Amino acid sequence: MEKKDIIQSFKDSFFTGLIALALFGPIVGLRTASKGEGLFITPQWGVVFVLVGLCILGRFLINLNSARKTEITFFSKFTSKFSALTEDKAKHFAITAILFAVVFPFLPFTDRYFMDVAIMILTYIMLGWGLNIVVGLAGLLDLGYVAFYAVGAYSYALIATTFGWSFWICLPLAGLFAAFFGILLGFPVLRLRGDYLAIVTLGFGEIIRIILINWYEVTNGPDGITGIPRPSFFGLPFKRSPDEGETSFHLFFNLEYSTMHRIIFLYYLILVLALITNYFTLKIRKLPVGRAWEALREDEIACKSLGVNPTNTKLTAFAIGAMFGGFAGSFFATRQAFISPESFTFIESAIIVAIVVLGGMGSQTGVVLASIFLIGITEMFRDLEQYRMIAFGGAMVLIMVFKPKGILANRKPTILMHGDKK
Amino acid sequence: MLKISNVETFYGKIQALRGVDLDVNDGEIVSLIGSNGAGKSTLLMTISGVNKAKRGNIVFKGENIENIQPHKIVDMGICQVPEGRRIFSRLTVEENLRLGAHANEKGKYFENDIKEVYDLFPVLSDRKTQRGGTLSGGEQQMLAIGRALMSKPKVLLLDEPSLGIAPKLVNQIFVSIKNINKEKNVTIFLVEQNAKKALELADRAYVLVNGKVTIKGPGQELLKNKDIQAAYLEGGAKN
Repeated sequence: MEKKDIIQSFKDSFFTGLIALALFGPIVGLRTASKGEGLFITPQWGVVFVLVGLCILGRFLINLNSARKTEITFFSKFTSKFSALTEDKAKHFAITAILFAVVFPFLPFTDRYFMDVAIMILTYIMLGWGLNIVVGLAGLLDLGYVAFYAVGAYSYALIATTFGWSFWICLPLAGLFAAFFGILLGFPVLRLRGDYLAIVTLGFGEIIRIILINWYEVTNGPDGITGIPRPSFFGLPFKRSPDEGETSFHLFFNLEYSTMHRIIFLYYLILVLALITNYFTLKIRKLPVGRAWEALREDEIACKSLGVNPTNTKLTAFAIGAMFGGFAGSFFATRQAFISPESFTFIESAIIVAIVVLGGMGSQTGVVLASIFLIGITEMFRDLEQYRMIAFGGAMVLIMVFKPKGILANRKPTILMHGDKK
Repeated sequence: MLKISNVETFYGKIQALRGVDLDVNDGEIVSLIGSNGAGKSTLLMTISGVNKAKRGNIVFKGENIENIQPHKIVDMGICQVPEGRRIFSRLTVEENLRLGAHANEKGKYFENDIKEVYDLFPVLSDRKTQRGGTLSGGEQQMLAIGRALMSKPKVLLLDEPSLGIAPKLVNQIFVSIKNINKEKNVTIFLVEQNAKKALELADRAYVLVNGKVTIKGPGQELLKNKDIQAAYLEGGAKN
């Protein structure tokens, strides 16, 4: 490395330090504490000093690394090996992952907590795959995806509590409702692209949430909807003591009652829903409409000149993406048995977008890895309480530094020649 | 076959076409030359329906098409190879070609059509699993033309096929255009800055200046025209 580079790195790190100081100074450095009568400011310059130092050091190390131009640090070695592995053996990886997911509930170390985290990760994987249709394939940046999740959850909750219909009837209805909302959002944004589209979709997400809060007669406002029916195993409820004339799951299969039965059932339910989403996406990519989505992402004018109808193409992308969001929402509602507008804030949209972008736009496997990474890391640091969001942010920064285009950035072609081994 | 009369197109308040009259007959190669900003690409986009004409008529096979949506115009048999090729760069060569067949019966005759394109441009066949963005400029142009041919057009609109391409490949592409016209019986409407090449190839040609046709006539005749030589041939395009 040349001397020039080192000096440059020092300079850059110094400025990073200044920015860190400006940020951490007031946020961390000045802490208000109530003593006796009134608030006092207690300075914590020591903590600020450490944080700024860490930023400078981190920036300097990154600079050193990029100045060498070859990726030789531990992280990049690890990630590049990892992605080479998954790209070459994507199929094996997928099969192994699915097998693991299938046996996961029966592994010896799997307890209630692991199951809950796994269900959460799978929900996000499904949402990521759903959003991937809109963002990854059609290239329409949707920052309000949580709206469809919410529409799905509320449709399911309202239909199920009002009419008492079973999960398997309510689920497709909720999906249809969400798809309808997808088209509703699609129409006004047909002419928009990029940043402008992102802003409008963001607004749409907020509109839905605010409607949910204020339309008290229907949605019960901020109090939410309670008593949403739990799913049943094809008519067999998961109850310790079933109502008269009913047989519950454990009695039918002659098992001892355990709450885990329901959890395991929920786990398989979301696993199947997510895999359906994935299968659907993989199939539709090979059909004209899926190809049109990808073409639209690449170049809208070329699409028009080739006879692709951009209106229909965009609307189908929004509708289908929204439908899967709606399915996931139904699942969320039935799992929680209680929903309120609080579950559908912008941060949810942001996490889902982050999963799609960090996974590598359009990569199905990338979504899985990013979900496990982001949700898993946030869970792992749950003991740190509010500081775990730092872990979340840190995870994103790490991916963006070492894999700027996402974990799996390469798009797999939909057509491969026979015997073609790349 | 394609008759354009008194077409005016605007970008906001700026008028790009000031009453263009032009016609293309069945089986012809017609070239349109003009300098930067004359409105050549705007005219093609207006024919394709991507830009809408504010006034005037565009008649294709006896039907007015000036208010028809772009994808329906492609269905009717007019396909454009846009300026700058506009390849779907992350999609493979074959996927690009499949997208061209989008309008054509949803790929019913796909296998046969794609074979014809590969016969016309063998290099595409070698690169069918390669991403569009990794091709050279000339190969991309071939792909763009091949992609447009997949929609089985009756009229092919070509926007600056020589732009940013090595001279040797330019010749090859112009030969291909001639072949497409003669062998596949596709009418060609070619827009070019490379005036010499465009005029040599053309049965008839038009010159567009400031959104208006100023000169028209057989290609060979325009090559000898003093004004055209002064404005378009001697300075810029000598190759």
